[in-house]
Amino acid sequence: MSLLVTASQTLGPFGAISFEQTQIADVAAAGAGGERVTIRGRVLDADGNPVNDAMVETWQANAHGKYAHPDDAQEKPLDDQFKGFGRVQTDSNGVFRLATIKPGRLPGPGGALQAPHLVAVVFMRGLLKHLVTRIYFPDEPGNADDPILKLIPPARRATLIAKKIAGEQGVLEWNIVLQGKDETVFFDY
Amino acid sequence: MAAIPVYRRPYVNTQPEYFYAPYHSTAKRAPSQPLIIAPQTLSEVTGPLFGHGDVAPDDNDLTRQHAGAPLGERIIVSGRVLDENGRPVPHTLVELWQCNAAGRYRHVNDQHDAPLDPNFTGCGRALTDEHGQYQFKTIKPGAYPWRNHYNAWRPAHIHFSLFGRAFVQRLITQMYFPGDPLLAYDPMYTSVPDERARQRLISEFDWEHAVPDHAIAYRFDIVLRGRDATPMEQ
Repeated sequence: MSLLVTASQTLGPFGAISFEQTQIADVAAAGAGGERVTIRGRVLDADGNPVNDAMVETWQANAHGKYAHPDDAQEKPLDDQFKGFGRVQTDSNGVFRLATIKPGRLPGPGGALQAPHLVAVVFMRGLLKHLVTRIYFPDEPGNADDPILKLIPPARRATLIAKKIAGEQGVLEWNIVLQGKDETVFFDY
Repeated sequence: MAAIPVYRRPYVNTQPEYFYAPYHSTAKRAPSQPLIIAPQTLSEVTGPLFGHGDVAPDDNDLTRQHAGAPLGERIIVSGRVLDENGRPVPHTLVELWQCNAAGRYRHVNDQHDAPLDPNFTGCGRALTDEHGQYQFKTIKPGAYPWRNHYNAWRPAHIHFSLFGRAFVQRLITQMYFPGDPLLAYDPMYTSVPDERARQRLISEFDWEHAVPDHAIAYRFDIVLRGRDATPMEQ
């Protein structure tokens, strides 16, 4: 038996009536383990204009590299203060902000270790289906061997690696550029 | 190394492309570079799971969120969430949002010259039961104009958001109503190339769930990506 997957349709301009009530901008509860980090970014269209009606969702493992999910069979501890799901909207300047912890490493294809990362998906008016990308961390030795980053032409890998911000401890910048120069890498899984 | 489940890609033409010229907003927002085809990992085949603590019992009744009853035609919208293999997706979060009976969203940017309804917000949430079944009570949304092209009108629709069990199953879609003459002219609807996949977005009139003297009903089954028979070692 094989049914047709329901087609994606756009979030549209008014999704905020539902999602502003269910935002999760603080992904890690106060007691969650791991290094605290705030990810701040902008969503920009082909002309460099801010997208003020986007929703960004993130999913990540805990500080041990373990997902709060039964299909993660790794023998690593769960953290009952950490679920791993974030949901934020862009403001009138196209800016979003997410406070979380840096996840641990976990296995990838062929037994290669993946570098710490968040999965990020973005929805908005003008996207008939959501875009899927990843947020990686700066100065992370594992990035060089990450099996997913390796799939990307080297010149474009930097679009997925968040940047430190001078003078702002614990804050990383990671933008979503939909088109053009510095276009973010998006995946088809 | 442990085995992880792997989810199939949707059949060709059953999903819209990112760029679709008749829907003008896609021009500046669709990526211009090809997507990077990547293998699924633990990060994609897991995803947020929700429970009864995330949903209040009345969250699925959009007609009882204010002091009075909203204006419009009361309807029951129900259906099943399944995967491609026909298996129900139990205990998964279903979120919906819509405009009111006059075709106006309760959103500051909606400037359509139609009345707001003080008794209608237009948002609901529910969990599917162990059989993948969900149900909402709401009012039938109106059609409304938009600025995509001259005399452009969106057919009546309800937005649905689903998670499934894996982030790779994440889906936001829209449910339409049978017999709507606006569908043929709607670039959202026509963006789906495959005719059968398009028609799956149209709900069915549903006698079985109609409540006598109270509400008629529509059925909308939603299909998420399904697992391959063979897990992947990693």
